[in-house]
Amino acid sequence: METAAEIVQHSGGVIGVSWLTIVLPLLGAAILLLGGRRTDRWGHLLGVAMSLASFVVAVLVFVELLGFGPDQRRRVVELYDFLPGGTIDVKMGLLLDPLSISFALLITGVGSLIHIYSIGYMAHDPNRRRFFAYLNLFIAAMLLLVLADNYLGLYVGWEGVGLASYLLIGFWQHKPSAAAAAKKAFIVNRVGDMGLALGIFVIFTTFGTVAFGPVMSGVPQASQGTLTLIGLALLLGACGKSAQLPLQSWLLDAMEGPTPVSALIHAATMVTAGVYLVVRSGPIYVGAPTAALVVTIVGVATLLAGAIIGTAKDDIKKALAGSTMSQIGYMMLAAGLGPVGYAFAIAHLIAHGFFKASMFLGAGSVMHAMNDEVDMRKFGGLASKMKITWITFGLGYLAIIGFPLLSGYWTKDGIIETAMEHNPILGWLAVIGAGITGFYMSRLFFMTFHGKPRWEKDVHPHESPAVMTWPLIILSIGSVFGGGFLIAGNRFMEFLAPAVGRPEEMPSFHPFSVTGLATLALVAVGVAYAWMRYGRAEVPAVAPRGSFLTVFARRDLYGDAINEALFMRPGQWLTRLAVYFDNRGVDGLVNGLAALIGGTSGRLRRVQTGFVRSYALSIFFGAALLVGAWFVVGNL
Amino acid sequence: MPWLSILMGVPVVGALAVAAVPKGNDKLAKQLTLAVSLVVLALTLAMATQFDPSGARDQFSEVYSWIPSFGVHYAVAVDGIALVLIALAVVLVPIVVLASWHDADRPEAKRSVKTYFALILVLEAMMIGVFAATDIFLFYVFFEAMLIPMYFMIGSYGGAQRSYAAVKFLLYSLFGGLLMLVAVIALYVVADKGTFLQPELIGVIKDPATQKWLFLGFFIAFAVKAPLWPFHTWLPDAAAQAPAGAAVLLVGVLDKVGTYGMLRFCLELFPDAAKFFTPLVIALSVIGIVYGAIVAIGQTDMKRLIAYTSISHFGFITMGVFAMTADAGSGATLYMVNHGFSTGALFLLAGFLINRRGSQYIADYGGVQKVAPVLAGTFLVAGLSSLSLPGLSTFVSEFLVLIGTYERYIVPSIIALSGMVLAAVYILWMYQRMMTGPTAEKVKAFPDLNLREKVVVVPLLALLIGFGFFPKPLLDVINPAVQQTLTSVHVQPFTPAIPVTAEKKGAGQ
Repeated sequence: METAAEIVQHSGGVIGVSWLTIVLPLLGAAILLLGGRRTDRWGHLLGVAMSLASFVVAVLVFVELLGFGPDQRRRVVELYDFLPGGTIDVKMGLLLDPLSISFALLITGVGSLIHIYSIGYMAHDPNRRRFFAYLNLFIAAMLLLVLADNYLGLYVGWEGVGLASYLLIGFWQHKPSAAAAAKKAFIVNRVGDMGLALGIFVIFTTFGTVAFGPVMSGVPQASQGTLTLIGLALLLGACGKSAQLPLQSWLLDAMEGPTPVSALIHAATMVTAGVYLVVRSGPIYVGAPTAALVVTIVGVATLLAGAIIGTAKDDIKKALAGSTMSQIGYMMLAAGLGPVGYAFAIAHLIAHGFFKASMFLGAGSVMHAMNDEVDMRKFGGLASKMKITWITFGLGYLAIIGFPLLSGYWTKDGIIETAMEHNPILGWLAVIGAGITGFYMSRLFFMTFHGKPRWEKDVHPHESPAVMTWPLIILSIGSVFGGGFLIAGNRFMEFLAPAVGRPEEMPSFHPFSVTGLATLALVAVGVAYAWMRYGRAEVPAVAPRGSFLTVFARRDLYGDAINEALFMRPGQWLTRLAVYFDNRGVDGLVNGLAALIGGTSGRLRRVQTGFVRSYALSIFFGAALLVGAWFVVGNL
Repeated sequence: MPWLSILMGVPVVGALAVAAVPKGNDKLAKQLTLAVSLVVLALTLAMATQFDPSGARDQFSEVYSWIPSFGVHYAVAVDGIALVLIALAVVLVPIVVLASWHDADRPEAKRSVKTYFALILVLEAMMIGVFAATDIFLFYVFFEAMLIPMYFMIGSYGGAQRSYAAVKFLLYSLFGGLLMLVAVIALYVVADKGTFLQPELIGVIKDPATQKWLFLGFFIAFAVKAPLWPFHTWLPDAAAQAPAGAAVLLVGVLDKVGTYGMLRFCLELFPDAAKFFTPLVIALSVIGIVYGAIVAIGQTDMKRLIAYTSISHFGFITMGVFAMTADAGSGATLYMVNHGFSTGALFLLAGFLINRRGSQYIADYGGVQKVAPVLAGTFLVAGLSSLSLPGLSTFVSEFLVLIGTYERYIVPSIIALSGMVLAAVYILWMYQRMMTGPTAEKVKAFPDLNLREKVVVVPLLALLIGFGFFPKPLLDVINPAVQQTLTSVHVQPFTPAIPVTAEKKGAGQ
């Protein structure tokens, strides 16, 4: 295996001002938040403009990067001395390389489309300006996360996107459920962030720096135990941000946020940050096979769990959220496989960014038409009423189930094949996951767009305005061609190799391998079964009680129940105990002592004008103590 | 130029002038107080520009003999640590004055309005003095004298249970202070140098047992002041009953004298004893971090909640002080400053809320965001600074404390990490209960922040955000002073397991 290329210092050119990608949307957020109501009229336009400007800079940086030879495409731009501590000294810089620029293009590209879509989607919200401020804040933080050249910078972005996510999930704060979901997301993420912070502590105390370049070049000298510890700590962080088991519970609740938020943050970009972290830390996992194995196990477990949850949800957004968990599970699995998997992980991440964003925005378009209804049992037969949404959603749907030659087919199959070579158990579980995906996505698609209409009374579905449909069209083009473009001819692998290392053998794509055919067959079974149940057959308007398994899936595999039993209730109990103890125990002890020495605690309470008296008393005590001490010291 | 004496003299003269304002002209008294505090702020900034971080340790030094027969001096000077803490105090005072504009006005209380503001100025002079004193006896005098204005601010102008809280505060502090007095005198006697000047007493006490006893005398006084678990129970009462402005000065500045004293006196004068007691202190700190946060979660009164968060935060500071690494020491010092801004903003905003609603209870609020978005937004930012969100200066200090502690004590650092999660719980749950959801009936008529209130809050938030992205100006002043402190303590500097060579570092690879 070849390691990644050397990082070179860079100044000048567009890369020299690549910080503009972060600063522009940050500026947008600042203007919109500080400007207040005065900016209401044009706030959304500024938000879109800043996001688009950031995208343009990212494209120019990308073009400039392509101008260098492949081995020269890892460039650092030093910005300023961020944290000169006593020993630690973190200089903030941006690392522009094939990996980070791929993310930057996805974030600003898909991000801009979602900004544009939100103009229409949020048109009637009185707080639309604030919404765009938060979206801009998110773009800035997410770009810092992927562009920073060190773990601390990444951490700042990491918690920054957590803040943006908190603000946007809770955007409709007057709804108690939204406020609770926002808080839950932040707290669960903080559990993960503890892991990331710990990882950074170990990295610094081991290597004396937190910059990616020096850390990775020091990895071969570090012990396997240390690397395993770092790997597992970082994985905990990744699990929080990417909603992987066991920190997955917040993502389904996060659907309380406006739908563009679900598309941008909780599908296309932020939740994939964990995958970025693992791939960016590649050499650490290469040196720590145990940690890498755990990554793959987490990935497989989550891809199955998310898929199973997706099968039982009637809320269209929650079904899609389960699917997001599951798809990120695939990426995690690939990232855990090492350099052979990295390109597939990131390619699937990008393809997923397109097709999942397209479907979430499509779902938003449907909700827009159905008076914000999310229950798919009240949809049905929408295909004829909203053609553009139906087609674009349909293409996203075909892409995710891996319909031949669409995006997901290339990228997901790559992951499954690589996993199969690595470890057949992982491989077959991933194949089963693909079959379940075929079922739940078809169920979702048929329940929404086909069958007989089951609409509520005064619902009159209509197609969304152009400002919403154009982003759908562009995203669906990406869902169709993105995967093939990246994977065919190993184009993306070659591009990414200088950043993540080159595997010994470049994988080749076998369209008719046993694994590939088995996957296709299972997907077909899933689609067919979904058609029988939800396409051809009548869908009951009220969910049937369902078997034990259905309830299990509907309740998110009892994730919340487990959290409640293990953490929330003991936590509440502990809190109450601690408060009681603090009021009676510690305070009581001290008051009791006071009672022993100088009277009763009741008297202390009754002292109203007793300042002089008590002061005198204290002085007397002090003097006595002093004399006593003097006596003791003198006699020593 | 005798900078420090001027800095103390101006507020004292100002306080006399405010006290001399004729009765019934409260507005003039307030304006005068504000003007004086702004002059002090300007003078401090002017002094800070003269400070040379790479120069001698003690700068702007003044030494005059005070009680020659005992070797007591009026001796003041600042190093980087004292300088940033004085800066913290003088920044907070004008903000507190403006925030407290109507706090003393309650006619039914029949309290003199101008006295409240004169007390603030007296307190300001003492806060500057206590951080500037380099004579241990002088330090002790300021340490005790500070109690008096604060006692009256709580006892006369506080909430319903103000007398109880004020007396409790006083008794606790006096108890600690007297222990310290014993230790101060014993130090003088045992050292036998005929002086109380701190720099001349460094390294003088060699006997381990003596060091331990003297250390304890100082340490317990500082632990009560800070306050460190389990000496903390006076703080929630005092902070909940004090007027918001006084609570800011109490928790934001006065309590820092405790942690400052640990760094300046406990560590430097008794290094071996400090090392001996380090495991105990770190254990108490970690307990304080977790315990304070858990009890904060369970509070129903927002001022008590903020007080308990401070107990958790003080745990971080003492842990950083006693970890005795350069990173943790710088982090702890920076934490003292940032915590002043962060908790200051939270207390003042809580005060604004209480003025509107007439209740400290969290349950009496709900849905404030809808009617007063600026108030809710600033409250959220202040809250986020309390949970140390990156991008706010509190993150920098908490990160430095944790990583600096990790360099030497792995397990305590990991346990303390849980404070990150607990902080998110206490802040965001409070925010959820007060600001989100359906708007409570009695909240519906809430006005948003007025201009005066904005002028109070904006500088604090600006400092938190500004130093969050660019902490270098503060750290450049703090780092050399912490380094010198650690040199007096004789600790080995931290070295990474696999240091990446310098030229590799430079090339960014």
